[in-house]
Amino acid sequence: MKVQSLAIAAVIAVGVMLLVMMSGVVTSLTETQRAYYERNHFADVFTSLKRAPASVLRDLRAIPGISVVEGRVAGSALINMPSQAVPIRAQALSLPDLHLPRLNVPLLTDGRLVDADQPDEILLLRSFAHAHDLLPGDYLSVTMNGNRRQLAIVGLVQSPEFLYSVPPGELFSEDKRFGVFWMSNTALAAAFDMRGAFNDVLISIGLQAREAAVIEAVDLVLKPYGGLGAYGRSDQISDHFTTQEITSMRDASKSVPPIFLAVAAFLLNIVISRMVQAEREQIGLIKAFGYNDWEVGLHYLKLVLVIACFGALIGCILGIAAGRGMMELYLVYFKFPALVFQLDPSSFVIGLGVSIFAASLGGLLVLRAVFALTPSEAMRPPTPPDYSKRGQWGARFSQMLDQPSRMVLRRLTRAPGRMLGSMVGIATGMALSVAMISLLAGFDRTIELTFDVLDRSDVTVTFIHPVHENAALQLSKLDGVTSVEPARAVSVIFRNGVKTSRGAVQGYIASPRLNRALKRDLSPVYLRQDGLILSTALAKKLDIRPGDILTLEIREGRQPKLDIPVAGLAQSLIGSPAYMELSALNRVLSEPDRISTAFLTIDASKQENIYRSLKAMPGVAGVSVKSEARDSFVKMLNEGSGSTRFIMIAIAAIITFGIVYNAARIGFAERERDLASLRVIGLSKGETAFVLLGELAVVTLVALPVGGLVGYFLTFAIANGYSTDLYQIPVTFSPRSFGLAGLSVVLAAICSGWLVKRDADNLELVTALKTRE
Amino acid sequence: MSGQTSASQGPASDPQMVFRTRNLEKIYGEGEAAVHALRGVNLDIPPAEIVVLLGASGSGKSTLLNILGGLDRGSNGDVWFGNQSLSEMDDADLTRYRRDHVGFVFQFYNLMPSLTALENVQLVTEIADHPMDPKKALELVGLDHRQSHFPAQLSGGEQQRVAIARAIAKKPTVLFCDEPTGALDSQTGRSILGVLKRVNEEIGSSVLIVTHAADTASMAHRIIHFSDGTIGKIELNEHRANPEDIVW
Repeated sequence: MKVQSLAIAAVIAVGVMLLVMMSGVVTSLTETQRAYYERNHFADVFTSLKRAPASVLRDLRAIPGISVVEGRVAGSALINMPSQAVPIRAQALSLPDLHLPRLNVPLLTDGRLVDADQPDEILLLRSFAHAHDLLPGDYLSVTMNGNRRQLAIVGLVQSPEFLYSVPPGELFSEDKRFGVFWMSNTALAAAFDMRGAFNDVLISIGLQAREAAVIEAVDLVLKPYGGLGAYGRSDQISDHFTTQEITSMRDASKSVPPIFLAVAAFLLNIVISRMVQAEREQIGLIKAFGYNDWEVGLHYLKLVLVIACFGALIGCILGIAAGRGMMELYLVYFKFPALVFQLDPSSFVIGLGVSIFAASLGGLLVLRAVFALTPSEAMRPPTPPDYSKRGQWGARFSQMLDQPSRMVLRRLTRAPGRMLGSMVGIATGMALSVAMISLLAGFDRTIELTFDVLDRSDVTVTFIHPVHENAALQLSKLDGVTSVEPARAVSVIFRNGVKTSRGAVQGYIASPRLNRALKRDLSPVYLRQDGLILSTALAKKLDIRPGDILTLEIREGRQPKLDIPVAGLAQSLIGSPAYMELSALNRVLSEPDRISTAFLTIDASKQENIYRSLKAMPGVAGVSVKSEARDSFVKMLNEGSGSTRFIMIAIAAIITFGIVYNAARIGFAERERDLASLRVIGLSKGETAFVLLGELAVVTLVALPVGGLVGYFLTFAIANGYSTDLYQIPVTFSPRSFGLAGLSVVLAAICSGWLVKRDADNLELVTALKTRE
Repeated sequence: MSGQTSASQGPASDPQMVFRTRNLEKIYGEGEAAVHALRGVNLDIPPAEIVVLLGASGSGKSTLLNILGGLDRGSNGDVWFGNQSLSEMDDADLTRYRRDHVGFVFQFYNLMPSLTALENVQLVTEIADHPMDPKKALELVGLDHRQSHFPAQLSGGEQQRVAIARAIAKKPTVLFCDEPTGALDSQTGRSILGVLKRVNEEIGSSVLIVTHAADTASMAHRIIHFSDGTIGKIELNEHRANPEDIVW
């Protein structure tokens, strides 16, 4: 009883711990994000454009609903770190010469602000500086607009704009691989030929203003100046990822802890009802003394409450500790200036309340049994359970069995409800195991498909502006480059009726070898001249089918608006890309023979030389090495919300074992006397264990296929739940998943069986026989 | 069965006796809280007798029965079943002993609720070496007409008779009965005692009955009085009463 109470308290504790931890994490992240945004005046609307004179800012300010407008210069740059062979992509942003910016205010953490009279001074993003061990006083070699310069780091900053920093066009954050620096407006405008002009706008809007209306008005004003389309916070990449992380944690906090509390309620119900059965004599006696139902009931309810409160309290303490740990993890991932774990006081109350409620619910059903006992009835030994109704079930079949097997069979058929309960419990564990193991395989599959099957290149080179395809030819002449495939990425807003999505069209050659679009069966998609191939994720988002016409609002160059038919679908697991044949894409853009990207395969022994040559090329905006991208992706899966998959596996294991063990335990408790009788009349320990555990074995064997089937469907739901805008987790089944899951359930059953058999072997025959029931 | 060479024999073993105990003690607990349930019991029980162990509750009679039946072990002293030392047997040997030689009847019957009357008897005959026909065992206790009923469908007396049939079906050397009539009314109790007498006469099993009801003793060959963990006196009963005549 003590062990069982502790076990139940532990289940409650895990549930409450997760609740306190998760809701605390949600509160902390939300609150910190809100405070940070507010204090550093994070903008509400963002847009980039080709170039506009400063006077246009006045037109923007005149738009109703806008409270602050700030124009700035933004440019892409390459940082040349002597220690790194590959040039690092970076973004340069301007700061007003005379004052701090009014929006997206950087937070100075080390050093000082830049001096507008010193054109070579910069502030550097702190996470990047830390990743490369850079400090104020160090110099950085930077290529901007084709010119290489030595810039002096005078301060390190954090920015609400870069809570989660990714290079443009990429998806995964890696501190080392993307830098951001701020310069005085005069200096940066000079570097990018933007004197008296701006190409990036930050806007904050009034509380009453409608974001959509503001965006529309801003686009109208900036259209003549090559405006690339304004967007709100939810499309701002850093905010998007941060908010998505918070949302998925919030969803998990609502679904996972209740599972534990429900299991605890179920177990409490069983254990307490068993106790009431065992103590019926005392209950009768106490009632005979004149205690009323409630007074007796309260005794058991108190026990329930003690277990629940104890579990909840431990859970709260562990939850706070775990929450603090999570904060450390999140700081690596999201660059908040400080992230203090804030206990959500309501989670404390909810945790305690819900566990007491769940536990009482488990206990209350039992109270009915207490109330129903009359003193005289309680003092008589209970009549033996009646097997006459269902006992003859399969009479003919049972003729073939020996008596112990008949006992097993009849236990199963007598109370099908209870057996079904145990079976459902074990099947749930099996299903969860199947789903979680499949999910793990799915994560591996995503990584493998993306980095080995879809993308077979070693290096991706991105150019600052679209260049003539001869550039690809030049790359192929570098020593060690074994093959080159040209491509072009064009940023675009996809529009199908009211559904829109911001993204890019990838122009590939018709039958690419290095970076390919693949069908579901992994055969390559032939890129036709007459249409787009959409990833299934994008098609779903836009609610569009092959044959339909999709509107593309190109966000580059002359910004044409194109209607292009969807020619087919491709499978993609990361992002939601769209593909088009390269020459066809160039034709609709009226920009023949242009490329913006090249995929390379290289001779690994010559990579250092190749990277050095690429670093020296002025038109190159960035070089991304696949193995590094792969590493960042894996890191992200293991550190973000994807990491909860390991928690889910622990849950599956705990639930499976908890239910199997309890089923065995209860079977033992209910029949302690029968088992002792069997031993007394001369059955050996093994024969007695067969009667006890045969039932568990049959239930487990039935639960395996049922759980496997449920797991099959559960996998779809869970894979879907784990898929984000960023990546999709495919449903991946293999005999291995089912085998492993089955094995773990069987192992849990064997382990539980062994624990209970140990008790059965040590049965005190005499005491067991003396008790009535 | 002279067997003097066997290691399990002590000088006090006597194959002529079903049971012999020498200085048998049983102590529950330790130190201050120790309870001496048996304080040096010396006893010889010849075969094929009905023996009644009589005494107030707590006198040690059930403890002795449990030790003789191989359910428990003494703390000190020796116990022999024929020429086998029960004190030296391990768990597996005791199981074997119970399986081959011993039948038990309890106050609360202890039938398997999931098996019919006949199946409860078969449970034993399936594992015994030379059992009787299970139906015959039920006949012997007068229950052949209820053989396919489950315990829940039987009265207390009927359940007890099934328990007796189950105990005798293996043709045990000894039949142990712990308060066999304790939960029954007098009429039913008398009929149960009648069955026990019949078993003793027809199968030749020794019958050891533990009871605190002095009247039961009148049907025994031998009456052993227990008090405070020791044997007070042993009576030999030359005029055994018929169970039907026993007054409760």
